[in-house]
Amino acid sequence: MSKFITILEGLDRRWIFLAMAISVAGPILYIGITGKTLPETPTPTARAVYKEIEALSPGTPVLLSFDFDPASGGELTPMATSLVHQCAARGLRMVFIALWPLGPQLIDETIKRVILADYPNLKEGVDYVNLGFQSGNESVMKVMLTDFAKAFPITKNGVAVGDVVALKGIQRVDNFPLLITISAGYPGAKEWIQYVISSSGGKIKMVTGCTGVQTPGLYPYYPVQLNGLLGAIKGAAEYESLVNSSLAPKDSSAAVPAKYLEAQRRMGPQLGAHLLMIALIILGNIAFFAQRNSKVRATS
Amino acid sequence: MAEGSARIMKRLVPMWIAIIAGFVMLLSAFFPITESLGETVGEIFNVVAAIAFVLGAGSLAKVNLAKISRRDQGWGYAAITLICFAITLVVGLGKIGVPQSTQFPLLGWSGEKDAEGSIFGWIYEFALVPITSTMFALLAFYVASAAFRAFRAKNLEAILLLSTAFIVLLGRTFAGVVLTGWLPDWASGLRLENLSVYIMQVFNTAGNRAIIIGIALGVTATSLRILLGVDRSWMGSGD
Amino acid sequence: MKPSKTWVIVVAVIVVLVGIRMSIGQGMARAYVERIDQSVEVKASDTHGASTEKWTEWHPVAPKKFEAAQKADPSQTKFAFSWANTIGLWLAAFFTLAIFSFLYRDNPGYRLAEAVIIGVSAAYWGVIGFWDTLVPKLFGALTPNLVHDQVLPSLPAPTNGQVVAMCFALALGLMLLMRLAPKGGWISLWPIAFIIGVTAGLKIVSHVESDLVAQSIATFKPLVQPIVSSESAQSGWMLWPTIWASFANILLVIGVLCCLTYFFFSVEHKGVAGRAARVGIMYLMITFGAAFGFTVMGRVALLAARIEFLFDDWLWLIDPAGKRIVEVASAIGSMLC
Repeated sequence: MSKFITILEGLDRRWIFLAMAISVAGPILYIGITGKTLPETPTPTARAVYKEIEALSPGTPVLLSFDFDPASGGELTPMATSLVHQCAARGLRMVFIALWPLGPQLIDETIKRVILADYPNLKEGVDYVNLGFQSGNESVMKVMLTDFAKAFPITKNGVAVGDVVALKGIQRVDNFPLLITISAGYPGAKEWIQYVISSSGGKIKMVTGCTGVQTPGLYPYYPVQLNGLLGAIKGAAEYESLVNSSLAPKDSSAAVPAKYLEAQRRMGPQLGAHLLMIALIILGNIAFFAQRNSKVRATS
Repeated sequence: MAEGSARIMKRLVPMWIAIIAGFVMLLSAFFPITESLGETVGEIFNVVAAIAFVLGAGSLAKVNLAKISRRDQGWGYAAITLICFAITLVVGLGKIGVPQSTQFPLLGWSGEKDAEGSIFGWIYEFALVPITSTMFALLAFYVASAAFRAFRAKNLEAILLLSTAFIVLLGRTFAGVVLTGWLPDWASGLRLENLSVYIMQVFNTAGNRAIIIGIALGVTATSLRILLGVDRSWMGSGD
Repeated sequence: MKPSKTWVIVVAVIVVLVGIRMSIGQGMARAYVERIDQSVEVKASDTHGASTEKWTEWHPVAPKKFEAAQKADPSQTKFAFSWANTIGLWLAAFFTLAIFSFLYRDNPGYRLAEAVIIGVSAAYWGVIGFWDTLVPKLFGALTPNLVHDQVLPSLPAPTNGQVVAMCFALALGLMLLMRLAPKGGWISLWPIAFIIGVTAGLKIVSHVESDLVAQSIATFKPLVQPIVSSESAQSGWMLWPTIWASFANILLVIGVLCCLTYFFFSVEHKGVAGRAARVGIMYLMITFGAAFGFTVMGRVALLAARIEFLFDDWLWLIDPAGKRIVEVASAIGSMLC
């Protein structure tokens, strides 16, 4: 036992790194080869996101703000995919914007992955439009409150917004009944709540998908200022399962396309890593208390 | 006299710029007649923010050029940084490899800078994305190492923190379902997945709400101090 | 064993494993593209006659499509192997492994990747700021004809107010750039003052409205929260749901008040205030524990995404999206299922 404690106390952290790599890589390989995923039971906040989008009638404009970059793509890309999937299936008029510089690329990738692949009947400029990025963070939100076209004067491919059918009837940001933000930090969900939702007097609702780091800080806003919350990859997996089950063709046994199972695939390595974390904390405490007890015995 | 005019230019004028700009934004929230002025100030801010990106790029070039000219340790890497910087800037600003837009096919500059086949897009996909994503992915390893070394259940507070962490770590994965899924319906509140939801909606909400309110008070006080010209620490030394 | 020998061994092992993988089945890490022939009819105008503009674009495509097209017609030219994207893929894998190598020890590979990203990201942000904001807004107002004729033909003409505003913006921007100058850098304090003033003005309103008032209102929850059955057959309160919901509200209100008491340092934490602060600390410990759990979840998801890239796009060991026919994996998969 004492040898075990000595090993624990002097454990090189690189062994911990190796253990973490194996605990994540192993399940990825297994799930990648077998295609099996773990079942998900949606929590109330994920259900709320689904219900808010489902409550909108076809043709309703929604604003989707991609406030993240590829560094957070591991958590947020699956959310983006499923959110656009539900919006496209519902026939909503999607207006994409980004307040992070690398956001427009991610919008293009999501449009290609979902809309161009599975909804080719949707027309760019009519059913959806990408307005690209604007610098200024919360100042952009402030300008949008009173004049949306001033904040985003042109689309990503250079067309003036006044000529875009998808933006018909949109003068201010609160002309959108629903705002969907996919947020990795600043500016993101919190700033949308502070600068837009609170000033709009309830005209615009908001749902968000955010990183694990942001999630606990957004719970106080739910459900009054924030109508739905997808927290971390778990929230993405829950929402994915909701969207997939609602959009699955009832008379077909066709498998769900893999791109709509990305978050659920990542829950396998999550399980492995979480169990490892718990084991490491327990082992660390065993070593600590064993050492403390032996010191106490030595002095007495 | 020179000292007086220097003080005016370097202290008083910036202070009044901050005060006027701040009050315009503040008043535009309350008086509809000043709304368009607030929009205009916001637009100016957005353009200045974009120019700040250019400043950042220029600053990087300046620092790395100085490193190379002084032959500081690691100047070779500074040279690589500058080369990559120059290449990205040229292909991005010049839209090299970008096909024309289908909307405006006669204009060579109309295409999107990151279109398929562009070098700028290539740099994004094969350099920017893998490196930034992997840098963030490193954090998972450091979190594990820190948890092993630092998390000690020495007192009640630490035990509370660790217990909550365990409940959330297990409850947010399939492990929670396996470990406590067998509990009957009347005790379903004790299932780990439901317990973690309860913790988030009650205890976490309470704690974070207090933090949010505290921060709001602090930000309001600090902003008011800036708008009244009391706090001038942002100007640097001398005040 | 000297560190340099360790690295040599590690690199050699990786090279051997990659060599073995390349020789098994379909190999690994190849990118393919599809030819898209664009053709746009241009209507006649004052400056040019009617014409048809044609050009070719190459878009990434799944290897499966190339394989299928080659099988159907070996002389087809619609799908092709892409050297640029394949080299890019190997470069991305190299960068990924170089960054991960830092976990073992700092090394030149990591330093190289770090140097690349510093240069690339600074320039990338500069380019985005230029094309997405400066061209349509600044140059669009100050040199509208140039922008209209060369880049954005549909950009509306600027109003006088916009021109004046952008003159101010240009002046402030040039002052900001003076920060790089050896002399006269103090003038950059003016645009910085502008930024700070605007931010302070924005934050006062937003934080009071959304974080102070709205959050305080949200804390005023009923301490008895009746839960009524949604089924019409039953009426009145449901006992246990009402008890649990009311308990949750009581805990929430007590928690917020106690945590705020803990943060209130003007009153000594003794007696009632001290006990309330102690309860507040307990709540905050639970909050931090939850934050830790979610942080772990976030970080692990990012790691999983990178490892997926290595196994899927680079090594072709797994193929969840069905982009290729991965014979090795499907054989193993049929044994495991």
